[in-house]
Amino acid sequence: MTIAQMDPAVTLANLQTAKTDKVTIVLLSGDMDRAMAAFIIATGAAAMGMQVTVFFTFWGLNAIRKKGAASSAKDWLRQMFGLLNKGGADNLPLSRFHMWGLGTKMMQKVMKQNRMPGVPELMETALDLGVHFIACTTTMGLMGITKDTLIEGIDQFAGVTTYLAEAKQGSVNLFI
Amino acid sequence: MYADVKLDTLGYFCPMPIIMTMKKVKVMTLGQILEVVSDDEGIKKDMPAWCDTTGHQMVGLEEEQTKSGTIYKAFVRKTK
Repeated sequence: MTIAQMDPAVTLANLQTAKTDKVTIVLLSGDMDRAMAAFIIATGAAAMGMQVTVFFTFWGLNAIRKKGAASSAKDWLRQMFGLLNKGGADNLPLSRFHMWGLGTKMMQKVMKQNRMPGVPELMETALDLGVHFIACTTTMGLMGITKDTLIEGIDQFAGVTTYLAEAKQGSVNLFI
Repeated sequence: MYADVKLDTLGYFCPMPIIMTMKKVKVMTLGQILEVVSDDEGIKKDMPAWCDTTGHQMVGLEEEQTKSGTIYKAFVRKTK
């Protein structure tokens, strides 16, 4: 009887080819600068041929909400919350120097002058490059955000296990 | 350096030059060389890294001093 011997170098090579380059990003923040970082990494990774998934939860959901879409929650508490918590990719505040919108407007102007893509443009590029978007159903329920108030192109509406199933195969996992 | 296709990314910041490169390389034929012109210094490191990951070949990098600053020209051969 012979024992099959495996060449460590071959095994390693097989492992490396079998492992897909996967990136998962959790976007919890609804700040413009943080969302920008998330989408720059997502689009960059997609351009490098990596498989990218972005999981949107809590304030991060604001990036994929349609602008001005009202909350269709039934109870008044969540309706009020929907009014206060404004959505829309071009409506995200800066994490610093927002200054009631003035700082953010100024930053957006500087970015435009320098031909720097903002969150809406980066997000469109991400979708165009096949980045997967997952919206967290738990926080959607909590914040009174319904499917019809989110943008088109969301791949999945799911929870933590879906994210973990993706993240466990990933070589890059980020929480922003 | 010789190039079959030229791509102007002047004025664009990361990650746009890489995304534009990816889209351009996709429609090129095997063996063709793409010249990516950029004024973002990051391309000096980013383009070799992109080639490394995607399996295309980085064939050269040129720097040119102009009145408005340094311009970088990265040459990439489509190999797959």
